[in-house]
Amino acid sequence: MSFKVDIQNLNLYYGDFHALKDINIKIRKNSVTAFIGPSGCGKSTCLKSINRMNDLVPNCKIKGKILIDNQNIYDSRTNLNLLRKRAGMVFQRPNPFPMSIYDNIAYGPRIHKIKNKKILDEIVEKSLRSVYLWDEVKDRLNKSALGISGGQQQRLCIARALAVEPQIILMDEPTSALDPLSTIKIEDLVEMLKVNYTVIIVTHNMQQAARISDTTAFFLSGNIVEYANTSKIFNNPTDKRTEDYITGRFG
Amino acid sequence: MKNNKSLYNKKKSISDMLLKFLIYLSTTITISIFLSIIIYILYNGIPYLSLKFISTAYSEIDSSLKGILPMLINTMYIVIITLLFAVPIGIASAIYLTQYAKQGKLVKSIRFTTEILSGIPSVIFGLFGYTIFCVILGLGTSILSGCLTMMLCVLPTIIRTSEEALLSVPKSYKEGAIALGAGKLRVVLEIIVPSAISGIITSIILAIGRIVGESAALLYTSGMAYNMPKGMFSHIFSSGRTLTLHLYQTAKQANTPDSFSQAFATATILLILVFILNVIASTISKIVKKY
Ligand SMILES: Nc1ncnc2c1ncn2[C@@H]1O[C@H](COP(=O)(O)OP(=O)(O)OP(=O)(O)O)[C@@H](O)[C@H]1O
Ligand SMILES: [Mg+2]
Repeated sequence: MSFKVDIQNLNLYYGDFHALKDINIKIRKNSVTAFIGPSGCGKSTCLKSINRMNDLVPNCKIKGKILIDNQNIYDSRTNLNLLRKRAGMVFQRPNPFPMSIYDNIAYGPRIHKIKNKKILDEIVEKSLRSVYLWDEVKDRLNKSALGISGGQQQRLCIARALAVEPQIILMDEPTSALDPLSTIKIEDLVEMLKVNYTVIIVTHNMQQAARISDTTAFFLSGNIVEYANTSKIFNNPTDKRTEDYITGRFG
Repeated sequence: MKNNKSLYNKKKSISDMLLKFLIYLSTTITISIFLSIIIYILYNGIPYLSLKFISTAYSEIDSSLKGILPMLINTMYIVIITLLFAVPIGIASAIYLTQYAKQGKLVKSIRFTTEILSGIPSVIFGLFGYTIFCVILGLGTSILSGCLTMMLCVLPTIIRTSEEALLSVPKSYKEGAIALGAGKLRVVLEIIVPSAISGIITSIILAIGRIVGESAALLYTSGMAYNMPKGMFSHIFSSGRTLTLHLYQTAKQANTPDSFSQAFATATILLILVFILNVIASTISKIVKKY
């Protein structure tokens, strides 16, 4: 079996605060993994350490390894720009750039040296189609991306992440700011994405985790309490705390 | 418990009304002061305006020469050259301080210092500029000395205002770009600076206003000469009075109604100049910031 992401003995500190404690999980290629757990337990922190966005946080210390395709991304030789191209990220709140819809999508490819207008046009159309946004915005590609709805903005941000052809997609509660219809669209999308990508998604929505993920990791105050197939976690959890959480007894 | 009193029972609160009244009152006062100054100046200045006035030379001896062309040229020289120095330095400093420098004690004390500097009376800058540029560096009383002095005057304003603009760019833009694999320089130049551009241009507008309106700092450094420029480049090294200093001088020496009108006409030109420079700056801001 091939593992795309392999987190080994990961410990993370924000100053003195021990935010992640001995995290060990292996994530299969072309699967959807859900991170669940109560607020403040370290899901976003763990997600952000996979593309090293935690580097932006001053006095954040990290020990341990994360292997992507068997290379430790915390090795000093790591090229961060390439790492983040390989592991794209979608944030909790849609954050389109204050540019046109077209330029939002083309921004990533342009960074990675694609200049040809025809190729860029193709990438923009392909990325927008894959998030089912093309038909909604094709007539206003040159209008500001800030002028479309929140759900459209979030799909735009997913398209923007796809445009740089990542292999891993990290999503931090991508639907928490969206209406039910947009949520369903994004959930469907995640299922499609799994064919080509490895998806890791943080969610507070148990049904969502159960619907779309293959494996689930349950976080509790910086630890992973249980990591297993989603059906096992939801039907037959090993740990009492997992059971309490998914049945809504706390969290 | 039942309580079906009518909902149409909105009460007017006295304090709300009083507050509203005060707001209207202060707005009216501000606007009317502003308008009366403008109208007063235009009323007295416009009759004296002519193409000849802005296109001919001036002389304190020959009373047939009453134009302001040299002053207009000097003012444009000083505005443009000062901005040429101050804008790149100021914006680069603001970018460095907000995006690159480690946010610690040093940056805090630099911020504190710029804040104090922007409040220092410009005479002091004038005295300093005179000593350093005119005397020690040997530039003499010249437009260049004036520009360097004005650069010191406006730098704190440009740095502070641009810094605020840069700091108010949402962090999520930066994160979004970094998560796509963009390098630091790209993020700064392509995402952060464009998002802050209108604030940065505001800082330039403020600087222009300060330069055009300056008198004390330039009196010492660029001087009071009113001769026509002889060469485009060599003019930088000669003394030249700006419109504001000219206004000061003509108003001070005015003893006839005619010479007063001349001062008002100069003031009118100053107002028009400031207006045009503002329009140019805000047009640029609109062109650059499309979204
Ligand atoms: N930049 C930071 N500096 C200091 N502490 C932080 C920082 N970011 C997060 N933390 C702390 O680390 C812990 C984990 O935070 P994290 O954002 O990973 O939680 P989460 O599981 O994503 O929560 P939520 O579901 O509310 O998003 C929290 O206690 C939080 O207060
Ligand atoms: Mg979170």
